[in-house]
Amino acid sequence: MAGERGASPEGRAGRGQARAAVLPVGRDGLLVELGTAEETEALHAELLRRRALGTLPPVAEIVPGARTVLLDGFPSADAARALAAELPGWNVPPLTGSAAGALEIPVRYDGPDLADVAALWGVAEDEVPRIHAAATFRVAFCGFAPGFGYLTGLDERYHVPRRADPRTRVPAGAVGLAGPYTGVYPRSSPGGWQLIGTAPETVLWDADRTPAALLTPGTRVRFVPLESDEAQPGPRRAGPGPAPGRRP
Amino acid sequence: MRAGGLQTARAGVLTTVQDLGRAGYAHLGVPRSGALDAGAHRLANRLLGNPETAATLETTLTGCAVRALRPTVAAVTGAPCPVRVDGRPAAWGQPVHVPAGAVLDVGAATHGVRSYLAFDGGVDADPVLGSRATDLLSGLGPAPLREGGVLGLGAPPAHRPAGCCDAAAWTAPPRELLLPVVLGPRHDWFTSGGLRTLLTCGYRVSAASNRIGLRLEGPALERAGEGELASEGMPLGAVQVPPEGRPVIFLADHPTTGGYPVVGVVPAEALDVAAQAPPGTPVRFTPAGA
Repeated sequence: MAGERGASPEGRAGRGQARAAVLPVGRDGLLVELGTAEETEALHAELLRRRALGTLPPVAEIVPGARTVLLDGFPSADAARALAAELPGWNVPPLTGSAAGALEIPVRYDGPDLADVAALWGVAEDEVPRIHAAATFRVAFCGFAPGFGYLTGLDERYHVPRRADPRTRVPAGAVGLAGPYTGVYPRSSPGGWQLIGTAPETVLWDADRTPAALLTPGTRVRFVPLESDEAQPGPRRAGPGPAPGRRP
Repeated sequence: MRAGGLQTARAGVLTTVQDLGRAGYAHLGVPRSGALDAGAHRLANRLLGNPETAATLETTLTGCAVRALRPTVAAVTGAPCPVRVDGRPAAWGQPVHVPAGAVLDVGAATHGVRSYLAFDGGVDADPVLGSRATDLLSGLGPAPLREGGVLGLGAPPAHRPAGCCDAAAWTAPPRELLLPVVLGPRHDWFTSGGLRTLLTCGYRVSAASNRIGLRLEGPALERAGEGELASEGMPLGAVQVPPEGRPVIFLADHPTTGGYPVVGVVPAEALDVAAQAPPGTPVRFTPAGA
């Protein structure tokens, strides 16, 4: 499919440059398509950097996806066209993989699909938390519900399909896997992801908090296993109440 | 001012609080929401000297009725409908005085779908990310109206511009909805025959339409191949084509990312009239000029 869509970024430019195909979206938007998730995340970071510096034309929304970044709502079609012409020549620095400063989300690995995931991974059930908590994740993009982040970082051999029979109700805080992604349900909703655990201490979305969403694109995340006897209600350790998320 | 503004006497099938929405948060998975017929929402506010950002009530087909808990001035725009104050006919598209205790009844739309009720000072509710709009996809903002519920009203503008009333000109909705569409970004996921289908065959507005999308009934668009699109950002007005092939036009409460290809985008200025097309309205797409 990629070949006939004319959007294949293969071999467009050398390393470091945005190997980007830029597609028009309506009259005043652009969709930038990249070859890999890493390039997409790097371009998104570069767009935010340029916006902070004031060198990006004003645009209402910068919405990353799995392999794309949508730039929607330029002031004019000309502004969109000018950026479309310029962007493929950008020198985009690659992302650094550092886990320093990652947000920690405590997880009780007790999800109803833990055994299925262990079977899909070909490991013992108690290996799943160890493997999952060893990875450093990054919020690739958001969607589905306010505050729901699609987190990448799990090695490809641990990617799992969605459940064949989606649940009509997944509780808030459920930690699930689907394809290359890990996600934490910000609130109760239907869902088809393989549930491996629960994040009982983390508030993913709070409209009265700034920022309302704990997970924003680009945020680095690590999951920290909770011992089962620590999963009782109340603060996990001495301190002022449950925090929305903790940074080391 | 919050206590004692309006009490819902008749909620109608769906009446929500709307304003100009919460654009700028799509990257967090937050739909923009806001009045579907933004022009009618703005006009209702201008008729009262309110800022255009003041919240209004958006009805759906059957109107609604609210009791004023204090004297207020209202204006009804959008879908034309009978307007009554305590049973007495009142003007549509003009400021209407509603005494304390009186019921403002906005009847079923005679044309179109959504009427807008603006009140002196605007409907008050706790803003979420800067907007009072009800977002039905993600449940942000105030809940839809229900009978007996009470809504606040804001303070009336201190300096109402003299002679601020617009003429509330209203054009009857076309018998056929003609929607301009800019092809892309994923039109190459469809065969040339599929694109011809989109631009030449007629569709009809489906009864399954809502604030999230205008669903269409009609011929399916033929895909150029199999495959799944990786999730990507979805703009307002996106003409998204799910696997069964019938286009859905994304309206204000649309999901911010999605995994079905967008064959084209309907410019925002054409969406006000789209939001007023009742189920069954014939729809045709036409290539938009640049």
